[in-house]
Amino acid sequence: MKQDHKILIFFFIALAAFPIIAHYIEGIQHYIDIMIFVGIFSLITIGLSLLMGYAGQVSLGHAAFFGIGAYTSAVLTGKYGFNPWIGFLVGIILTAAIAYVVGIPSLKLKGHYLAMATLAFGIIIFIVFNEWDTMTAGPSGFSDIPGISIGGYNLDSDIKYYGFVWTIVVLCLLFSINVIHSRIGRALRSIHGSEDAANAMGVNTSKYKLQIFVISAVYASIAGSLYAHYMNFISPSSFSLFFSIKLLIMVILGGGMANIWGAVLGTWTLMLLGAEWLHFLEEFEFLVYGAVLLLMTIFLPRGLIGLVEFLVSGRNKGAY
Amino acid sequence: MEQITLSNQIVQYVFTGITVGSIYALVALGFNIIYNATEVINLAQGEFVMLGGLIMVFFITTLNLPLVVGFILTVLVVTAIGALFERLAIYPLEGASVLTLIIITIAASIFIQGLAMGIWGKDPYDLPAFSGRTPISFLGAMIQPQYLWILGITIVVVILLNLFFGRTMVGKAMAACADNPEAASLVGINVRMMVLFSFALSAAIGSIAGIVITPVSLMEFDRGPMLAIKGFAAAVLGGLGSFGGAVFAGFLLGVIESLFAGLVHSGFKDAAGLIVLLIVLFIRPSGLFGSTEVTKIKKF
Repeated sequence: MKQDHKILIFFFIALAAFPIIAHYIEGIQHYIDIMIFVGIFSLITIGLSLLMGYAGQVSLGHAAFFGIGAYTSAVLTGKYGFNPWIGFLVGIILTAAIAYVVGIPSLKLKGHYLAMATLAFGIIIFIVFNEWDTMTAGPSGFSDIPGISIGGYNLDSDIKYYGFVWTIVVLCLLFSINVIHSRIGRALRSIHGSEDAANAMGVNTSKYKLQIFVISAVYASIAGSLYAHYMNFISPSSFSLFFSIKLLIMVILGGGMANIWGAVLGTWTLMLLGAEWLHFLEEFEFLVYGAVLLLMTIFLPRGLIGLVEFLVSGRNKGAY
Repeated sequence: MEQITLSNQIVQYVFTGITVGSIYALVALGFNIIYNATEVINLAQGEFVMLGGLIMVFFITTLNLPLVVGFILTVLVVTAIGALFERLAIYPLEGASVLTLIIITIAASIFIQGLAMGIWGKDPYDLPAFSGRTPISFLGAMIQPQYLWILGITIVVVILLNLFFGRTMVGKAMAACADNPEAASLVGINVRMMVLFSFALSAAIGSIAGIVITPVSLMEFDRGPMLAIKGFAAAVLGGLGSFGGAVFAGFLLGVIESLFAGLVHSGFKDAAGLIVLLIVLFIRPSGLFGSTEVTKIKKF
């Protein structure tokens, strides 16, 4: 059993215990609501961690995949009355197809060019959400998205939705951990080290990069569908460039560039900070996030996970 | 009659496009200056434009200073900010990976936006046009006098830049660093200093773009990223590192967007420019004038 699998089991127990503990302690019930968002956003940052941390490819456009999933679910269920599961499925297929088509030419680019291509893609999709108002209801947002039920069992409370979201997150974590420890994972790490060397050793780098790009887009799409059914309302502003950057901050803050658990930790930390100091952050959101990103990049490039590892082992393992 | 109206409209769109394109060209020049010196793409480039516009508002509207004084002070302040940015964010990360550099300039971009929002709030600000707002009739189109200022100042900036890089010692030293930093440092050029200069110069050019465009399109704290990506599109379309290419591509991009907005769909105007960027990146990342060989050698 790999170390990551052991962590996953403890993680799962902690997740299951949290609502029970929250039930008995006054004043922390509202964290269930925050934890649902942590779960939804963790799905995206886990995918980004695979893409950025393990494959070394940057994406500034994942808010778009998140939005495509959300809008597909919203339109299919809210406008055409389909079952939410159809919405999930179509969202996944559509996102995977778009990620595949965009990924083939994009991933041939490196560094700044790739960053800019994904950035441009993200903004184009954002504009489509705003302008295609016959379908998306435009800037004012899409309302009356129905909830989800599993075989007649309605997920109509926060606690039920919490269970649903985190079950999916744990499954995605399990899948991701297996990917990391598989042949694909080793190939990805070799790309991060040196793509030319990996190529010379016969690793089909472009195939693996594309696979991870599509996987990370699918995670974002699932997150989008979960978000739409939980909020019952979505608007384009949730899928802006700033959200893509916020995702990046979560990954880097936690140390998701080197460790998949860092992505979850970073998402949790940023969401908790945001929830606790919401009123403060609203005014200074950009300033605080910019400062966090600046300071982390300069002083703590391995993130909070790196700090934990440093404190535990007393040394900074590996190169960033 | 219908025919004449359409052609008048097209003249109008082309002029508007060239005006906006001038701003893209100036941002693209800023990208190129920093890229040539460091091979860094400064994603915070648009913030210099935003700061230029808003700091000019402070000097002109808040302090009631004369236009020329405000112009000079604004450029000086933003130049200093550009230099500070290099010292605080880029200098400590010498030798960092491309990914880290991308992230640090994004971080700086958000941080500067946050500062600007703290100071000026979220509302857009206007500036008085340099010589009034009485439109001039030209080939059936109505042209704002400010359009001519923008075009004129862009041309002056391009000429001055050419003189700077061709005739002055500092400019030649910066050009040498662009060609080969190791060789430049061997002949006694302080490469780190040239990097600092490149950020300062790039910030100065960005601020000029912000100052001249604000009377036409207003300015608010979060305008930077879109200007940055359009400027980047122009820089890539013209061939990264090429000054002439950047200016031509800036104009071209502005005109394409303006025609698209006028004749096809105004809501998708920004998307049109970005699709041009994607097409160029996917098909010919070396741009219209760049050489493919050079692109391969660079870090992309």
